[in-house]
Parts: sequence; C-alpha cells; structure tokens
Amino acid sequence: MSRIAPGLPTLTLGTKRARRLDVGLKVVIASVAAFYALFPVAWVVSAALSPSNSLVNQELIPRGATLANFLRLVNDPQHPFLLWLWNSVKVSGISAILIVSLTALAAYSFSRFRYRGRRTGLLFIMLVQLFPNTLALVALFLLLQQLGGITPWLGLDSHGGLILIYTGGALGFNTWLMKGYFDTVPRDLDESARVDGASALQAFWHVLLPLVRPILAVIGLLTFIGTYSDFLLARVMLKSTENYTLAVGMTLFIRGQYTKEWGVFAAAALVGALPIVLIFLVLQRQLVGGLTGGSVKG
Amino acid sequence: MPPRRSGSRLRLPSSPNGGAAPGAAPPFLLRLGLTIAALCAIDALALALAFSLAADGLLVPAALLLVVTTAVNWIFVSARAYPVRWLAPGLLLTLLLVVYPLVYTVYLSFTNYSDGHLLTKEQVVAQMERQRFAAESAADYAWRVYRSPDGSFTLWLTDAVGKSFLASGEMGLQAIAADDPRLGPVDPEDGLPRTIGESAKLSRLEAVRHLSELQHLSITAGDDTIRITSLDSAARERQKYTYDPIRDLLTDNETGTAYRPVEGTFTAADGATLSPGFAAVVGPRNFGRAFTDPQIRGPFLGVFAWTFAFAGLSVLLVFTVGLGLALVLNERRLPLRGIFRSLIIVPYAIPGFISALVWVGLLNPFYGPINLGLESLFGFSPPWFSDGTLAKVAILLVNTWLGYPYMLLVSLGALQSIPDELYEAAKIDGASKRQQFRFITLPLLLVSVAPLLIGAFAFNFNNFAVIDLVTEGGPPTPGTATPAGQTDILISYTYRLAFAGGRGSDYAFSAAVSILIFFIIAAITAFNFRFTRSLERVSENV
Repeated sequence: MSRIAPGLPTLTLGTKRARRLDVGLKVVIASVAAFYALFPVAWVVSAALSPSNSLVNQELIPRGATLANFLRLVNDPQHPFLLWLWNSVKVSGISAILIVSLTALAAYSFSRFRYRGRRTGLLFIMLVQLFPNTLALVALFLLLQQLGGITPWLGLDSHGGLILIYTGGALGFNTWLMKGYFDTVPRDLDESARVDGASALQAFWHVLLPLVRPILAVIGLLTFIGTYSDFLLARVMLKSTENYTLAVGMTLFIRGQYTKEWGVFAAAALVGALPIVLIFLVLQRQLVGGLTGGSVKG
Repeated sequence: MPPRRSGSRLRLPSSPNGGAAPGAAPPFLLRLGLTIAALCAIDALALALAFSLAADGLLVPAALLLVVTTAVNWIFVSARAYPVRWLAPGLLLTLLLVVYPLVYTVYLSFTNYSDGHLLTKEQVVAQMERQRFAAESAADYAWRVYRSPDGSFTLWLTDAVGKSFLASGEMGLQAIAADDPRLGPVDPEDGLPRTIGESAKLSRLEAVRHLSELQHLSITAGDDTIRITSLDSAARERQKYTYDPIRDLLTDNETGTAYRPVEGTFTAADGATLSPGFAAVVGPRNFGRAFTDPQIRGPFLGVFAWTFAFAGLSVLLVFTVGLGLALVLNERRLPLRGIFRSLIIVPYAIPGFISALVWVGLLNPFYGPINLGLESLFGFSPPWFSDGTLAKVAILLVNTWLGYPYMLLVSLGALQSIPDELYEAAKIDGASKRQQFRFITLPLLLVSVAPLLIGAFAFNFNNFAVIDLVTEGGPPTPGTATPAGQTDILISYTYRLAFAGGRGSDYAFSAAVSILIFFIIAAITAFNFRFTRSLERVSENV
C-alpha cells in the first residue's frame, strides 16, 4: 500500500464525489425500472377498481373506486370466468399431483435399484424430453381424436385428455430432477429399513418420501405454474367455452368489445394472477436460490 | 472417469420380498392376491378394448394394446422385472404421449394429410362407387313393393309413359305381360294385383316401416342399377365409378377415363384429378415445398428469419436489461435495495398469458395509456398492430417486460459469486470501472450465464403464447398461399397451418415444419451441452 500512497488522497476525494454521483444515478435507474415493472400492474389495478368498464378516459387513480367490475365479472353470462378459473386449477392441480407421483416412483427406481437397462432408460428419458410436446401438436390433436373415439373423457375438448398430455410431456425432465435429489439422500437410510424387514414400498413411503418433501413441493408447484400458464395446448385441444381454461378463456375478453370490457378484463387479470402470485411468494426463496445456484455452478 | 459410488456399496437383493421376515407372510400373500386380482381386471379391460378396436378395423392399435398388456403382466409377475414396476406407469405415459406423437409427427410429415386428403383410400373408393350418373337408359319410376313370406322384396315399377315392370334382386328388371300367371287378383283401389306369386303387396305405411331395407335394395338392369330414391320414386341410373383393386384403377363409366392413384389423388392420364383425395405417403415433398413452392417460399422464409430475429433480439434485450438492473441492484450503498429488488421482479410472478393480454390493452392505438401519452408528449400515435414493423417492436417490448426479471435474478446471483479480490486487484492496477466490467465482470458472468442465454433463445424460439396473444401473428401478409402473418414465428405458423380455420388444415405440412423446428432446437441444445459439458455431468450421474 505504501508504494502507491502518494496518489491516494486525490484518488479518494475524486472517487467519493464520483461514488455519490454513481449511487444517485443508480437510484434513478432503479426508480425508472420499478416504474416500468409496476406501471402495467398499477394500470390494471386502477382499471379493475374503476367504476367505469371502459378503457376510454381511464384515470390512474380512479375517482370513487368500487368493486363493481369484480361483480360484473362474476355475473358475466358470456364469460364464465369462475368456471374457467376452476377448470385451470383442476387441470393444473391434477396434472401436478400425477407428475409428482409418477416421477417419484420412477426416480426411486432409477436412484435405488441397479439393473440392466437402467442407464439406457435414463438416457432415453433425457433424449425424449428434448422433443417438446408443443412440436407434436398435430399428432397430439389426432391422438386425442382417436382416444375420444374409445373413451370420450380422454378425447378432444375433455379435461382428461389435456391432463394426460400435460402429464406425459412433463415426466422426462422432472424424473431427472427428482432422481438427482433422491441421489443426495444416503442410500444407507432406506437400506437399513430394508434390513429391518421393510419392503421396498415401505422404505420408499416411510423413509425416503418424508426426506424429499421439499423437491416434491417444488416440482409440484412448478408444474402447476407451468400448466396453469399453458396456452397453446389448451387452445388446440379445448373447443367449448365451458371447458376452456383461464388462458384460453381470457383471450375472449380481448376480441371484439375489448375496450368496453376493459374493467372486467382487468378484474379477471387480477383474480387470475392471484394463485400464481401466491405460489411465487411461497416459493420465492427456492426459486431465486435455485436459479442463481444453478447458474453459478454452470 | 471417477469411480461409481454404487459399485462399492452393499447391495441388497431387490426381489419384492427379499428382506421379508417370516412374520410377514400373510401380508405378502394378501399383496400377491391383490396384485393378481388387479392384473386380471386390467387384462379383462384390455382384452375387451382390444376386441372393440379390432372390430372397428383398428388392428394395429389393438395389437399394440395386447403387446403392452403382456409387458405389464410380465413386469408385475416376474421378480427380475421388479424395478421396472416402479417405472411402468410413467414409462407407459411417456410412450403414449411423447414417443408415439413423435413417431406420428415424423410419419405425418411424409404424408399429404390435410383437408381434401383426410379419408383412407377405402373410404374414398366407397364414396366414389356410390356416385351415379344418368345414362341414356336413365328413367324414373313410381314404385310399390311386394314382400314374400321369406322377407325378400319385389318392386312394381311404373315408368313415365305408364309401362309397368317387375324388379327384384334375383330376377332383375322384367316387363310385365298382362297374362303373367304370377299376378293375383287386382285391387280395385290402385289397379295393381294384390299378390305376385307368394309375395303380398305392402301398403304405403307398411313400406315405410321397411324403408331402410328397401333403400339398400340394388337391382341390376343391364349396366344400370335401380334404386329407391324417395318414398314414391325409384331411379334407373348407372354407377359413375368402378374400382378395380387388381389393376388399382378407378374407371369413370360415363367417359371411360381411367384414374390411377398418384400420391393420394386419383389422376387421369391427362392430369385431371378427382376430389376428394385420400391420405397417402408422398415422401419428403413437404420439406421441399417450404423452399421451392413460390407461393409458400416467400412468407415461409419471412417467418423463418423473424423467428431467429425474435428469439435473438429477445435474449439480447432481456439480458441487457436484466444485467443492467443487476449491476444497479448489486450496489451495496443503494438505498432501499431490498424493496427495489422486490418491485423490479414483480413481472416474474404474473402468469405470462395475463401480462401479454394486459399489454395488448396498454398498447391499444386509440385509448391505450401508452399511445395517449405519446400523443400528448410527441403528437405521435403508433398503430402498433396494423403495421408489420411496429407489431414486431410491440412484441419485443412485451417480451422484454416478461423476460428480464429472470435474467436479473440469474445475473444477480452470478455477480455475487465473483470474488471481490478480483476487483480490488484490478483497482490497484488502475483499471477503470468500464475496464473492470469489460475484463472481469462480463467474462466471468458469461461463463455461468451463457448456457441460460442459449436456453432462453431455445425457449423464445417456441414462444407461441406471446406471439398469439399480442398480435395473433398479424398483421397478415398479403397474397400468400399459407396463413403466415408478419409476426408469426415458426411454432405459431405450424399452429395456423393446422388449426386456423379459414384457409383449411394442412396437418402434413405443419408436421414437416415441426420437424424442422425440432432439428434447429436439437442443434441449439447439442451446442449448449457441448458448451457447458453438462452431458458429461449427466453421464457421471447415470
């Protein structure tokens, strides 16, 4: 340090002012960014609370805020919003439960047993999930058409068929994720249970599952978010308004009388975003930690 | 290669009751009983289903179902297959919903499966053979029907000039002589005999009851056939087309033209074709069409280029904004840092389809707040959705809002992992802030973030929702053979090809474009793997 001491005083004086300027600039940038991030949200909240239903002459701070738009939304005969919300929650919930159960079973086999074909199986799953099911859109559409000929509840315009597609498409990637987590739990734990006379199923259920609850929750919630937000597959497979999920149904608001239905649409957007925002708040630490953790390891 | 962990471990027998104590016998028996009962139920169900499929002529699915059921039985009975039991449900679903659609997509891309080619060849031939035309011998008759005790029908036909005939499946068409010995006593009401031989005349009401049988009655008269066409008339017509399965020719009996099936269309020697065509394998034509058909090539190449531009620019914008904000938020002296961070990542918590729709409202060219603001500040109100270039700008604007929080979080994590000593050393060496960023921050950051950038590129490459929700691919490109809008990317183009009403459905071409997308994505992924060497990590974990 002493070697560069002569230059130090001026340097610190200069940098102090520069730093203050620098921080000031950053506060400005952060404020602009926060405005950019929040402006659409604020505008929607304002539209939803506004007594008017129209996009025309909307003010950011509505005079005489009411819940009128929410009431209109719930009683709108053309747009059965609550039904769509329920459809979305139902389809995403059942898909998430199926995905978690099936991937947990498969991951247990891959993680705990050693058998011929295991490596091949793992690589097969790895390669298969490279082909996203959105690319097989036409084939899936025709598959549901064929399945519908046998059992209508798995056919086109059925929630069963849609759940089947979501579940099948998400298994590959999540089995890998789940297996990786299972591998971090020492095998000695369930093996000692086996020695004590537990069956593989008992060891899985009573020993392993309680230890891997976090990954079950994370995979379950992430697949819930994924299916809740899916637009393409639901759009292609669902035909009738009362079977729509939220993502498909909400597009009806922006067709035709959009500007006159703006308040109702805004109310729908707020209520529709709620489940995901709640999950996000619950998962925030894992999501952010997982993202950055993964990236740093890169 | 590091030693495999599992190799040195104690291995337990993995048969289902390998570790069972003697006391565990009754539950084991119970479980076996339950397993067998469940298998029996599944087998019964599968058999019934296979029979109904086979009865419908779907032999391949029926056979596949039986093979799968046999495999399931083996998996649940054999002790060696025990570990596979855990995989069975997931594996079955993956085979049905990922592998089968993948194979089916490849198959479809080599066919002509589209509007006008949706039926099988058998269905088309049957439909063609039902067509009739009026030959010179054509005539209309009034009819009455006689029914014999054994249930066969004889028709009494009267033509336009009042001449009467008898017609049935066995005897064909015969003119009636007045002294025909088979004719019974005449009914004064209509002047027709009450009986003909064994057969008794049916009243009109009784005839209606047998109408469906009567309509299937086809009586040959020379080259013609006689069919009942309505409640009181029958027609003598000729079959328009005859299919010869041995020579695989469809002959037009009216003109004598022979049609040969060419790539799913019955085509005559002079190039005339019949409609509808049938589904057939036509080879790699669909892949070529995208680049050679002049009506498709232009819009297709436009879509192709915009897909890359959209994905590339999206990643660039999202990363620039995300990294820029990460640098700001990484400043320890920034006041209210936590609050700023929470506010700035708000878009991440909102489902994308909702944000996209909200932005459509914000960008409304007449009433949206953005245009009102621009109008009052600069007197300029851009028509976001009717101009191709502006629509692209709008999409990028929306997509940046949707995507930057992810990059912000990722960059923030990566920034925090860069050791402070590096910056201190750089300062001592007299590096400016800009140099520090250029030579320390950016390279170190890219090491960990680059794979995610490539991943984001691949994601946006298939980002259907943003395109379809914001612009629906529009504004439309004028004068195209396929429904390609100016903001359509490849995935939304495949959607429009197959499902967007109006222009008809071209499933086969849509499948071919999907395959093309797959190869692009696969190349990106392979590049990414190589880049991050994560394949090596994967093989270690296996």
